[in-house]
Amino acid sequence: MKAWLPALLRLAVLVLLVVFITSPNWFEPLLKPLTENGAPAIYNQGSLLTLTLQHLRIVLMATVAATIVAVALAILVTRPAGAEFLPLSRSLVNIGQTFPPVAVLALAVPAVGFGEKPTLIALFLYGLLPIFENALTALTTLPGNVMEAARGAGMTGWQRLMKVELPLSAPVILGGIRLSVVISLATATIGSTVAAKTLGEVIIAGLISNNLAFVLQGGLIVAALAVLIYDGLSAVERYAARRMGQGAE
Amino acid sequence: MTLRLDKLGVVIAAIVAYAAFLAPFATFRANRIVPGQARSILEALPPAPGMLLLAIVIAAAVVALLRTPLFLRLAASGAALVALTILIGVAGGFLTSAGNTFARVSPASGFWLLIFAFTLLLADVLTLLNLSPWARVGVLVLAALAIAALLVSGRWDSLSILKEYASRADSFWAEASKHVTLALGSLAGAVIVGIPLGILCHRVERLRAGVLNVLNIIQTIPSIALFGLLIAPLGWLALHVPGAATIGIRGIGTAPAFVALFLYSLLPVVANTVVGLAGVPRAANDAARGMGMTDRQRLFDVEFPLAFPVILTGIRIVLVQNIGLATIAALIGGGGFGVFVFQGVGQTAMDLVLLGALPTVALAFAAAIILDAVIEMTATKRRVETA
Repeated sequence: MKAWLPALLRLAVLVLLVVFITSPNWFEPLLKPLTENGAPAIYNQGSLLTLTLQHLRIVLMATVAATIVAVALAILVTRPAGAEFLPLSRSLVNIGQTFPPVAVLALAVPAVGFGEKPTLIALFLYGLLPIFENALTALTTLPGNVMEAARGAGMTGWQRLMKVELPLSAPVILGGIRLSVVISLATATIGSTVAAKTLGEVIIAGLISNNLAFVLQGGLIVAALAVLIYDGLSAVERYAARRMGQGAE
Repeated sequence: MTLRLDKLGVVIAAIVAYAAFLAPFATFRANRIVPGQARSILEALPPAPGMLLLAIVIAAAVVALLRTPLFLRLAASGAALVALTILIGVAGGFLTSAGNTFARVSPASGFWLLIFAFTLLLADVLTLLNLSPWARVGVLVLAALAIAALLVSGRWDSLSILKEYASRADSFWAEASKHVTLALGSLAGAVIVGIPLGILCHRVERLRAGVLNVLNIIQTIPSIALFGLLIAPLGWLALHVPGAATIGIRGIGTAPAFVALFLYSLLPVVANTVVGLAGVPRAANDAARGMGMTDRQRLFDVEFPLAFPVILTGIRIVLVQNIGLATIAALIGGGGFGVFVFQGVGQTAMDLVLLGALPTVALAFAAAIILDAVIEMTATKRRVETA
């Protein structure tokens, strides 16, 4: 019974989340005690469903772009031709992580204006780092005997990359993507301070009008999304690891 | 002698070529919120310094482009950065006519790209030099002193960001101290609570998964929501618990920001304490037990010192993260550099955004370098001792 309890819990969270964003008004009595002076308990300046989908869309776009660029860069610096960039790329990743997301977001505004664009840039830059770091770790710590065997079997550099290195690195790279997605989900809420359409709008509306019900529903939707996506990607990662014969868990 | 190209140098030279000749060096605006007019290097500076800057920048780019000795690359990147930082101040004075207090001059994309390109070169040289931890902190102190000297000398006073500073100098330092207090105070709280909690989780296996799961979930709550959610319980405390309000517990302001940062800080501290303690070699523990050490002696004399570098890594993560997150405190009246960032975003006054964002980045960057150096020192010290 212990084994399926977490799965059931996740399913319950998912069902609750879907019901909440599609028909939030059913939950009004629950949130009503948090409001004062008859303020609305359910966000009324837009549909929660649309905002959630827009939130997910921004995160998805940024993560896909970040994954492509980060993995490509990691491949580049681990090839002989790009080896010169390896030490520098390591320190750049270290430096990049010290940039606070709010600063990245605010500094992107003068370059591209308000709205979705600065948020995408901030999420993209911020998402690059964990993926790049993990891809680099995976590609530089491949088992030497496997690489030797691939070379001995007469594989070209391209074949080794596509058939040996990338599949073997997939679980660790996925781990980086998972981290990046969870960070982006939370960071995207801050995007609403520069007028991006995300769930942050709900939270900020709550902060401005002193309406805790708004803050709570915005925060909980994002948190539930993060937990569910984190778990889902963990499962994909375990599956990839098992396929690569690293299923030691 | 054949000249060979440096691959990173090609990238740097390309950025420099674009930034120096095609991108604007400075932006001139008649007042602080109208759209700016772009000025190239030669338009933004008097003829002599303009040509000088172009010469330095091109020379440094050539040094980067070719395979040159490390010390030459170090000198080139250093000279280019110094020239850029001094001359952007000159551009400020040159573009603003005397007595005009409304006009604003700010560095534009070309300036930032040039700074980026030569910082890249400098970072590459410093990485290749493989400096000791002390030397890295030394370089940081040197850079900080150089920037402080430029600020104090007044060479940047004609720049827009310092005009923003000049009109709110008092509140800048008040917010700065609030920012640092928030980041360091919540870190201290997290260390005081987190390390014992981590030790407890290490010793009592049943607690471990539960505590770490709860802390993991807290991390997924977006920061602005967590800040907001704490308003209610703290407001209630202030109203109903005698004495709470007098020690500064309030629904809005610093208190919820402090508690939120504290909650975010717990996970890295607790998790790293657990990982660090779990990584203590069994042999060391067995030997300590065999010597007749009590549990308490074992903890303080064996386990804790061995786990210290890992715990310190957790503290580094927390400090850098807190310095960044503290900017969000401004949304709930908690103060900090975020005040300027959000005011600036609200007024579309980007120099005000920079006034908040640049010190935050600098603080986080300095904290990361210093703590990395400390971590490396404790780790190597331990290796020497055990060798």
